[in-house]
Amino acid sequence: MTKHIVAPLKEFPPDTRKLVEINGRQIAVFNVKGEFHALGNKCPHESGLLIHGQLVGLVESRMPGEYTYSRKGEMIKCPWHGWEFDLRTGRAQCDPARIRVRRYETAVVHGGDIDPDTPPKAAEVFAVRVEDDYVVVEV
Amino acid sequence: MTTNTIQAVDCQAIDCDVHPTVPSMHTLLPYLDDFWREMVIERDILSLDSISYPPNVPISARPDFKTRSGRAGLDAPEVATHVFDKWQSSIAILNCLYGIQLVFNEDMALAFARALNDWIVKEWLDRDPRLRASIVVPLQNVEHAVDEIERCAKDKRFVQILVLCMGETPLGRRQFWPVYAAAERHGLPLGIHAGSAYRYPVTSLGWPSYYVEDYAAQSLGFQSQLASLVCEGVYVKFPNLKTVLLESGVTWLPGFVWRLSKFWRGVRAEIPWIDRSPNEIVRDHFRLTIQPLDAPDDPNIVARVIEHFQSDDMLLYASDYPHWQFDGEAPMPSGIPARLHRKILVDNPLATYGRLGL
Repeated sequence: MTKHIVAPLKEFPPDTRKLVEINGRQIAVFNVKGEFHALGNKCPHESGLLIHGQLVGLVESRMPGEYTYSRKGEMIKCPWHGWEFDLRTGRAQCDPARIRVRRYETAVVHGGDIDPDTPPKAAEVFAVRVEDDYVVVEV
Repeated sequence: MTTNTIQAVDCQAIDCDVHPTVPSMHTLLPYLDDFWREMVIERDILSLDSISYPPNVPISARPDFKTRSGRAGLDAPEVATHVFDKWQSSIAILNCLYGIQLVFNEDMALAFARALNDWIVKEWLDRDPRLRASIVVPLQNVEHAVDEIERCAKDKRFVQILVLCMGETPLGRRQFWPVYAAAERHGLPLGIHAGSAYRYPVTSLGWPSYYVEDYAAQSLGFQSQLASLVCEGVYVKFPNLKTVLLESGVTWLPGFVWRLSKFWRGVRAEIPWIDRSPNEIVRDHFRLTIQPLDAPDDPNIVARVIEHFQSDDMLLYASDYPHWQFDGEAPMPSGIPARLHRKILVDNPLATYGRLGL
């Protein structure tokens, strides 16, 4: 696993998203209320691009007419056919046991903790500043 | 002997769709109270035959099944001749199609349903111990329907409740749930038979011109009822309820359920109580009778169609007597794989109709 810089933290505010390409693979990174989640960008159904999807809450039910709504903004809905994927697991809500999209670990690291000799490989080239924080994804 | 005759299988069949014919409204007079008897006589209500099965249309009675009266299935011995003697069934389930569901007056519908169910007991069930029947349910009023189920369910020879494919409101709606609660409580599957209460056109486009269009449109009605029952969550609320589609045709089901399941994946949040594929729910809860089998005669094609069900549990044997669904002597359609015969003839009906557990 190698950490790759997605963006400086201050350029990646809550309720925004960024698309990065690492080793030829597109990864969609979401900042949901200050928490970062990263998923493969392609829906396993027909390869719709999740970066263009809508973030929705988790809707569950025990009985017809009962709606349990939780985890606002933690599900990404594919813009093509509406399949929902859990940002925390990558699993599809319609068939969580069998269908999922690849999920990647994320972290926020201090610029000072980044070894200047082996900096995280970034999708774009960043000038790493010790006083700044960076959002990274592990691939 | 060919493999498609029932005799080729070492078991006796359970015929899940047999139609007793009500000779006329006068037949039911002894089963009505004084008020309703006078109403029928004074208003000269002669018949409740609906245009779903006009008596003279070819499908309503196979010509060689007709007696000198010009009709078929008028009494228990006549039905026994075909179903028990000729086709070797050991049990037959009577689904009486009489226009009870078309009546607008809720009280009249209940009175007629009660009379019909009592007539079935006295003139059919009491006359032949091999007969079972469905409770004809007046859905015009849900309380009436539940009362009639409670009244009839005491008699274990009633093994199912019977409604029509096309009524006033999709069957999954919660207004009908007391009916399903009663059905589940008494171990009675919900039987949905082809036919309409004619509250609306039989197609969603408007009225067709011809009888053949009406009959062919029934499978579309069945599709919509299946979708309604599944999506409204009837089987989440009533996990032990089974539904039997009677005279629905068969081959439309895999394609439609595939479509339903596919679209559900994208819009499932609308019905979050459906937390598994509709395909699985249909396999667990729906059963279909095999006449008419809407497939070509080629056994290879039939076998391929049946494979699409991905289940050996869903098909139930039925002759659909006296409707003219097949020629020749064998109600079991050719092409149904021989390995499924015993399941279709005996095991599946027994698993579906808990009250048949003899």
